[in-house]
Amino acid sequence: MNHIAPGARAGIYHYDEIDRQFVAERVEQFRKQVDRRLSGELTEEEFKPIRLMNGLYLQLHAYMLRIAVPYGVMSATQLRKLAAIGRKYDRGYGHFTTRQNLQYNWIKLEDTPAILHELAEVDMHALQTSGNCVRNVTTDPFVGAARDEVVDGRVYAEILRQWTTMHPEFTYLPRKFKIAISGAESDRAAVRIHDVGLLARRNDKGEAGFSFYVGGGLGRSPFVGKLVREWVAQEDFVAYLEAILRVYNQYGRRDNIYKARIKILVHELGLEKFTQEVEEEFARLRGPKYRLDPEIVESIRQHFAPPPFEELPDHSEVLERAKATDPAFANWLAVNVAEHKAPGYAIATISLKPAGGIPGDATCDQMDLVADLAERHSFGELRVTHVQNLVLAHVKKDELYDLWKQLDAAELGSANAGLIGDIIACPGLDYCALANARSIPLAQAISARFADPVRQRTIGELGIKISGCINACGHHHVGAIGILGVDKKGTEYYQITVGGDPTLTTAIGDILGPAVTETEAVDAIEAIVDVYLANRADGSERFIDTLKRVGHAPFKERIYAAD
Amino acid sequence: MSAKDRSKEGSMKAITANRLRDGEVVFLGEGGRWVESFAEAALFQRAEADAVLADAKAKAEREQFGVDIYAFEVVEQDGVPVPATMRERIRTAGPTVRLDLGKQAA
Repeated sequence: MNHIAPGARAGIYHYDEIDRQFVAERVEQFRKQVDRRLSGELTEEEFKPIRLMNGLYLQLHAYMLRIAVPYGVMSATQLRKLAAIGRKYDRGYGHFTTRQNLQYNWIKLEDTPAILHELAEVDMHALQTSGNCVRNVTTDPFVGAARDEVVDGRVYAEILRQWTTMHPEFTYLPRKFKIAISGAESDRAAVRIHDVGLLARRNDKGEAGFSFYVGGGLGRSPFVGKLVREWVAQEDFVAYLEAILRVYNQYGRRDNIYKARIKILVHELGLEKFTQEVEEEFARLRGPKYRLDPEIVESIRQHFAPPPFEELPDHSEVLERAKATDPAFANWLAVNVAEHKAPGYAIATISLKPAGGIPGDATCDQMDLVADLAERHSFGELRVTHVQNLVLAHVKKDELYDLWKQLDAAELGSANAGLIGDIIACPGLDYCALANARSIPLAQAISARFADPVRQRTIGELGIKISGCINACGHHHVGAIGILGVDKKGTEYYQITVGGDPTLTTAIGDILGPAVTETEAVDAIEAIVDVYLANRADGSERFIDTLKRVGHAPFKERIYAAD
Repeated sequence: MSAKDRSKEGSMKAITANRLRDGEVVFLGEGGRWVESFAEAALFQRAEADAVLADAKAKAEREQFGVDIYAFEVVEQDGVPVPATMRERIRTAGPTVRLDLGKQAA
């Protein structure tokens, strides 16, 4: 990308001329399609699949445009462009999603070609953000910075971007197809709730490769992805994935939208038969044509070369002094900052969840500020997380206090990453045409109830996830506390689940009891927290561990005792 | 008959769409014209709503004016016709979490 100067920048994939020409052609193609729709040459029935292929949905109030942020990584320049588009064509804000993308809520169809043109200027687009294709591949937001990294997930996510874009076999899959890659020992990408989830692992010889999990997914039929192969060599990465997609394309159901995802195929065929089919396909495919050429892999890896880290001591006196004098900063440091692989650097999570705020929303001014801070403190690069936060991955420890002060002044300094205030919420009935109930007001009420940062830290790790309908865009099934909005004769009710887990020990939560009203829901969540705190074995036992130990009974008893 | 008077008869319907060019929520008003405010929406008896809806769909498609056209239930609340469901109330006003946006902000 010619507008990103080389040198002191972190790795961002730079489009080559083929990428750039392809995106530019798609913009012009869509411009003509919009013209034909507006002139009546195309009917809505004909046009709808076309607009969806370009990320344009029709929602409650207007069109919604979903912009792809490939594997959640972007440059400060790209974020500034998103801010500029939000100001010019939308209402001054955007919404970061669980697919690490960004959505605008108030878009005009007639403006969309111009927006896509502006996006293309910074190598961005809205492709593969909708439709029955391979969607934007997600990965660990700490990629390239985490101490426990085995493989750089960006490299393989980028390979998938190039491989799947316009791949004829994957343009009309039975249903949408979501892939997540975690290149680290930890799972920060929720890989086992994806159609295909990849976990980097080393084999007995110490060679890095991937474990393949298939058939995970949420929605009306939630499943945890099943291990199909323990270890696939990096060179066979594409061949194995293509084998899975071929089996899906061949056997996946197209007659019933609710049974079309690969999770249903794996469930109905059975893991053994499904695996056998994939292995047979893999055996046919394996060979020179599908072997990842190390030179190509290396050329992509070069795009993500580490930024020019300074040689620093890991201990920062500047940081320690600030920590000692400013308790609010010390709290943020303890909660939102993670260890970096380079001494003297740290990974900072920027919470988009202020108490009482709308999860994942950022104003265009906030986007500009984060872009500036990324330039100043993190080699001009940032990430979007699947829990709807942002990450500056390469911040000098010496600069963390300066960074936090600027974030805090812009309501971006909340210390709640991974805590009860760090709620995932889908747009719900406030925006979404599919929703049955609102999600955001409940998230706001809960985060306001638990606003006290000391109380949040006392409670510890506890993810609340809220969806406004069974499609589960808010990942409620894997919330330690999950909340599903339902409509009962015109009134919004909320069904509470407990025990969900999006990490390596992935689990789908269990329904605790009958759905409750919006007002009751906040009290019910507080009651669950109180029961947990009263029952936890010591000061640090996690909510889900206490739940496993004591069972549902004490929680049910507290919430439903009066019924 | 005004929208207010007609909604008292019970089981009324209004017809809505999103404007093709910009996605704006619109309602079928008196005389078959599309209006942006629910207060100006025409209300129809349940029995007549289906035929009006079919006409409105055909006309909107012919004129490339609106998409996603459907009828929704209207009830009377404190003497004022309001959409029966939360979904339609949100469409007529705007997001409940951003009172500065949507029709409610106008």
